[in-house]
Amino acid sequence: MALLTFDTAHKPRQAYTSMAVLLAVMLVFPFVAAQFGNSWVRILDMALLYIMLALGLNIVVGFAGLLDLGYIAFFAVGAYLTGLFASPQFAALLESVVNYHPELQDAIVRTFGEDVRTNGIHLSVWAIVPLAALVAALFGALLGAPTLKLRGDYLAIVTLGFGEIIRIFMNNLNDPINFTNGPQGINLIDPIRIFGVSLAGEAGSRATVYIGGFGMPSVNAYYFLFLLLCMVSIFVTSRLQHSRLGRAWVAIREDEIAAKAMGINTRNVKLLAFSMGASFGGVAGAMFAAFQGFVSPESFALTESIAVLAMVVLGGIGHIPGVVMGGVLLAALPEVLRHVVEPAQQALFGKVVIEAEVLRQLLYGLAMVLIMLNRPAGLWPSPRKEDRPAAALAKDEKEESEA
Amino acid sequence: MSEIILNIAGVNKRFGGLQALTDVGVKIAKGQIYGLIGPNGAGKTTFFNVITGLYQPDTGTFELDGKPYSPSAPHAVAKAGIARTFQNIRLFGEMSALENVMVGRHVRTRQGVFGAIFRHKAARQEEAAIRARAQELLDFVGIGQYAERTARFLSYGDQRRLEIARALATEPKLLALDEPAAGMNATEKVALRELLVKIQRAGITILLIEHDVKLMMGLCDRISVLEYGKLIAEGLPAEIQKNQAVIDAYLGGAH
Amino acid sequence: METFVQQILNGLVLGSMYALVALGYTMVYGVLNLINFAHGDVLMIGAMVGLSILKLLDGAFPGLPGGVQLAIAIIGAIPVTMIVNVLIERIAYRRLRNAPRLAPLITAIGVSILLQTFAMMIWGRSPLPFPQLLSSDPVMIGGAVISHTQVLLLVLAAAAMVGLVFLVEKTRMGRAMRAVAENPRVAGLMGVDSNRVIVATFAIGAALAAVAGVMWGANYASIQFAMGTVPGMKAFSAAVLGGIGNIYGAMIGGIVLGIIESLGAGYIGDLTGGFLGSHYQDIFAFIVLILVLTVRPSGIMGERVADRA
Repeated sequence: MALLTFDTAHKPRQAYTSMAVLLAVMLVFPFVAAQFGNSWVRILDMALLYIMLALGLNIVVGFAGLLDLGYIAFFAVGAYLTGLFASPQFAALLESVVNYHPELQDAIVRTFGEDVRTNGIHLSVWAIVPLAALVAALFGALLGAPTLKLRGDYLAIVTLGFGEIIRIFMNNLNDPINFTNGPQGINLIDPIRIFGVSLAGEAGSRATVYIGGFGMPSVNAYYFLFLLLCMVSIFVTSRLQHSRLGRAWVAIREDEIAAKAMGINTRNVKLLAFSMGASFGGVAGAMFAAFQGFVSPESFALTESIAVLAMVVLGGIGHIPGVVMGGVLLAALPEVLRHVVEPAQQALFGKVVIEAEVLRQLLYGLAMVLIMLNRPAGLWPSPRKEDRPAAALAKDEKEESEA
Repeated sequence: MSEIILNIAGVNKRFGGLQALTDVGVKIAKGQIYGLIGPNGAGKTTFFNVITGLYQPDTGTFELDGKPYSPSAPHAVAKAGIARTFQNIRLFGEMSALENVMVGRHVRTRQGVFGAIFRHKAARQEEAAIRARAQELLDFVGIGQYAERTARFLSYGDQRRLEIARALATEPKLLALDEPAAGMNATEKVALRELLVKIQRAGITILLIEHDVKLMMGLCDRISVLEYGKLIAEGLPAEIQKNQAVIDAYLGGAH
Repeated sequence: METFVQQILNGLVLGSMYALVALGYTMVYGVLNLINFAHGDVLMIGAMVGLSILKLLDGAFPGLPGGVQLAIAIIGAIPVTMIVNVLIERIAYRRLRNAPRLAPLITAIGVSILLQTFAMMIWGRSPLPFPQLLSSDPVMIGGAVISHTQVLLLVLAAAAMVGLVFLVEKTRMGRAMRAVAENPRVAGLMGVDSNRVIVATFAIGAALAAVAGVMWGANYASIQFAMGTVPGMKAFSAAVLGGIGNIYGAMIGGIVLGIIESLGAGYIGDLTGGFLGSHYQDIFAFIVLILVLTVRPSGIMGERVADRA
């Protein structure tokens, strides 16, 4: 990793060159990969969303040291919000409301127009994204609030509980009022439409997006959008890290009592960590819903929370380049496996001995155990020790005997 | 009579079956160096923790600079103007010395999420000011050259100085030091003494817990003595040295 | 709507299983200050191994009475789970005893994933039916109905708990366990080999989980590789409710949580005016956990965690 560095504070020229090179590669990639079909670009599209999630979780786990095992809940919030307000789902919701509060239904129809009854609400991306970020941030604060006084392990289990509770609600909030359409999920979610251009391509264009005279597959269009969002995420989290707030987070992570004694309102600062982290999840969720066109509770299980946590922890907890790398590796890996390992087994053994899905789980589990035993700071930890939380968490034990 | 900066009275604190503090109070005048001594387990650190909001007292009145303050939350206490150091040094080990002190500036600065992300002019200026002031304080306590060093790699004596610098960064009216000389050799103690006098001259009142009686006698303007959670003496160092109850407490008299 | 007595009975059955698993969590936490995240999956392994044994028995010795088959399944599952749990401790946790808290927790999550993956590879991904070995005639207790399997579960759970109490209070190993939980360093100075105690703790916890796992399968008639996660978390909540580190707390917490969940599922429809139905049952354990940790973190019996000076 010596050639590639992103340490703008200490090695600015090398860092900016690395970034430029990487950016060039990323921009060219879809055009190269398109030669081999859409699947590779689609894989990276999902990987980019996961990277956004990992960056958001990095704020909570990496900067502030709060082990959140239920992070996927915010992804779900963003996705379902989009499902509710950018698809026909709202019409279904209204139908269910009519049995309980006909006056409410009338009020809504009057506000939004008769259309709502058949078509639902279809907010544009410019409304959905801020809405998703805001609502997710609100949930972040809500779910973080009860955990403020809890110690490491307990905080982890409680956040896990919250993640499960959200999933259970998503799975069951279809009766009596149909918010989420239950286990079937929400279909026909609007694709993203920017400046009149739909990223899924117009009907009949075979998923091709035309900008000016220039056409590209829909997955490529989403790729550039998600790449942009990722870059923004990296920019924002990096700025947060090197700021008064970022220092406050690290202070809380290192020694919460000392942080309080120095005047940091740890309750508010922790809630901010939860909120900010959650907002990334919300935006990523909104993008996911629009990209896939449907959402169902299956996408938001505990395994997903753990997968994102793995990306943060194994990549290089607290260190943004490490987290991004973790995201790329662990998000792209399953897909690569599916494309490579199964045919290879077929060729070698005449049948698939271990399915890609099983292999993926196996590697996740092994990676977590082996890396924690051998490189607990992650594969690409911060070159500057102060960004590494590993040693500091030992203070948890000290705190027990202190206050 | 110079004004009283810290006026605490009637503090009681019970932990389950143990009465840790009984009717303890202190009156510190502005600009003084005030000492708190007593045998181990007398309740000195407990008293500190009560004044600075780490423990909630059962009873007590608390006034800083003439205004009542509520010792309910440590960060509010810091904001009101009391900063402290800890018996077992509590630095942010993985941060540099400079960053430790910069954290101390948190309570007197205001940039939040918006400033962090957009770095507009006011935010940049505040950040530069924080950095500059932190370096100043490091120089003031004598470890300016270690600004970039990771805190946990500093020598023990330098770590204590760093903790003091960090506390000073909060612009306290009262600096409360919990055994700042613990584990120091004679040379380091002399240097510490000089530093404390320097701080006093800068206008900050100091309350300190210490075991080194000689150091205390030479440094403090007034001293309170605690034993088993009760105040057994208060006054000038010379008076305290001759006080029979104090002598008994330290040398074991009646027990 | 089932009667109140029925709900309580259901709760007792559920709670007994939670108690058995909660004991494993609490004992490990008592000696190591670690949440063995993978403990729920040990329950799953117990169930799976039990099922495999039953299949073997069915092939080799058809016609054995149901009770005997179950007994053999349990007796056979126990050593397997013990070995698994002891191996986990040895390989994954031992080196991380003094590591910052994040590392063992992540490792435990990794172990959990590995256990589930191995189960997936050995026993497949789909749910497996667990045979009904005992009579399906209902047993009437005070107007409520309970199955033979559930009666057996209650009996086994009670026996296991009594056995454990005897072990902890009256035997040398039990005294050693209590000493290590209280203060490992001093226990070491008194000649207690804390490694052996820890291994024994993991082994005993695994045995209890094996019993719970096989009986879970017998009770619900279906098992699957992912079946351990949610019960594991609930059992942990039960351990916290009772007072983590306290064996009696784990037993009480398990029973209480089972009853809360059962009553909750039964009455939630009434409580929320039909808005929430009984499929929200799983939420209760988490709500209890959050409430306990917020309001009274030491749980019912108070925390008895080592004072690591």
